[in-house]
Amino acid sequence: MAIKILTRNLNFYYGNHQALFDNNLAIEEGKITAVIGPSGCGKSTHLRIYNRIFELYRDQRAEGEVLLDGKNILSPGVDVLELRRRVGMIFQKPTPFPMSVFDNVAYPLKLHFKLSREEIAQRVEMALQGASLWDEVKDKLRSSGLALSGGQQQRLCIARAIAAEPEVLLMDEPTSAIDPVATLKIEELMDSLRERFTIVIVTHNMQQAARISDNTAFFYKGKIVEAGETKQIFTNPKNRQTEEYITGRFS
Amino acid sequence: MKKKSLVPRKIKDMALRIFSSFAVLLSVGAMLWILYTVVRYGAESLSWDFLFHKSQPYGSVGGGIANALIGTVLITFGAAAMAVPGALCAGIYLAEFKDHRKLAALLRFSANVMMGMPSVLVGLFVYVILVVPTGKFSGFAASVALAVLMFPVVMRTTEDMLSMVPDQLRESALALGMTRTRATLTIVCKSAKNGLLTGILLSLSRVSGETAPLLFTAMFSDSWPTGYFSEPTANLPVLITEYATNSPFEVMHQMGWGAALVVTLLVLAVNLITRIFFREKKYGN
Repeated sequence: MAIKILTRNLNFYYGNHQALFDNNLAIEEGKITAVIGPSGCGKSTHLRIYNRIFELYRDQRAEGEVLLDGKNILSPGVDVLELRRRVGMIFQKPTPFPMSVFDNVAYPLKLHFKLSREEIAQRVEMALQGASLWDEVKDKLRSSGLALSGGQQQRLCIARAIAAEPEVLLMDEPTSAIDPVATLKIEELMDSLRERFTIVIVTHNMQQAARISDNTAFFYKGKIVEAGETKQIFTNPKNRQTEEYITGRFS
Repeated sequence: MKKKSLVPRKIKDMALRIFSSFAVLLSVGAMLWILYTVVRYGAESLSWDFLFHKSQPYGSVGGGIANALIGTVLITFGAAAMAVPGALCAGIYLAEFKDHRKLAALLRFSANVMMGMPSVLVGLFVYVILVVPTGKFSGFAASVALAVLMFPVVMRTTEDMLSMVPDQLRESALALGMTRTRATLTIVCKSAKNGLLTGILLSLSRVSGETAPLLFTAMFSDSWPTGYFSEPTANLPVLITEYATNSPFEVMHQMGWGAALVVTLLVLAVNLITRIFFREKKYGN
């Protein structure tokens, strides 16, 4: 098994408040890794370090190492724009841009690549197909992305994220604002994206983690309590806290 | 457990409802009353000559307000051209680039002070720095005064509108590998477009009726506004003040009302046109 992202001795601070403590985690390439844990345990915080999106906020600070293909993305020499092309992100609420469906997906293509109009159109179609959205929107590519339903909007965001050909997809509770039927679609979609991308998903939904992920990491109070194969974590957790959380004895 | 009576709660609810309905009636009523008065007194002045002929000196018969209308448009849009780009940038800085908090706080504070400043003071200020040294009243000086009034309003509404854009939209733009500037201009500002536009329009409508600063800067003139940069420039607010209050002639009072109606219609037209032009498509959620 190949390691795509290796986190070593990672600490994270909101101002003076430390939110992550000595996180060590290996994310396997081409697999889906679920990050679970109670609210406020640092799951999202951890995820948001992988593309350095936390840097938008002045008082947030990460210490330690996050190795993407062996290179520390936290070192100052790393080009954050290229990092974010390689590591895409999906958010809790769908965030279509205020433009057409087509332009939403074409945006990252135009941003990062020199492509002809035909190539862009082709890649937009590929991305929309990749996100299982093409059949639903192929007749309304010119209408606003905001006009789609919530689930469609989220798949549009996935299409937009995969259009730039990233290597890693970070998903921060991608289905928590979406109805169950649409959630199922997105889970199927994630399954189809497996292997093409390394996926890390933060989820509150234990069944979701069990259904779709290959590996699971359990966070509690900023620490990684247990990480390993999903099957093992859910059937035979080594740690008592993990077991209690999985079985719903605390949340 | 002993149950609390529901009556007091229902009474409170009812009282608030009545009160707020009354408040709505009051404000809408006031607006309608003003509009009605302006239309009632102003409508009979409206005619081809009134709208397309220039004004005449005191004592002469006839004349219109075309020169003042054009002058007002020139002065107002001149002010917008000076104030809006800078104010938008300042608002963007306040909302998006919070790197220097003290500087931002200072900027915000001075904007608040400026917004509360009486417009007559701004008129005096421009009179002293622009009109006195050059020895010339001008439409340009009036634009400068109005620009000073517009700037803080546009800046603050810009900041407020951008602050309402959810952080997740910013983050998702950055997460695709955009720079801050690109994310701000192409995504954040675009999604707040209607709010920004409303802010600009509101400030435009507000300053287009300002009279006090114009008395010190544009003054008034009965000629066509050909000397925007160097001569007193005709404009509607001063015309209305002059005709409606200072003139001894009944026919001029009448024209003052007509001019007031034209200002009202102008502001309404600018609002409607831009709104139709930038209409937001309605989406279900």
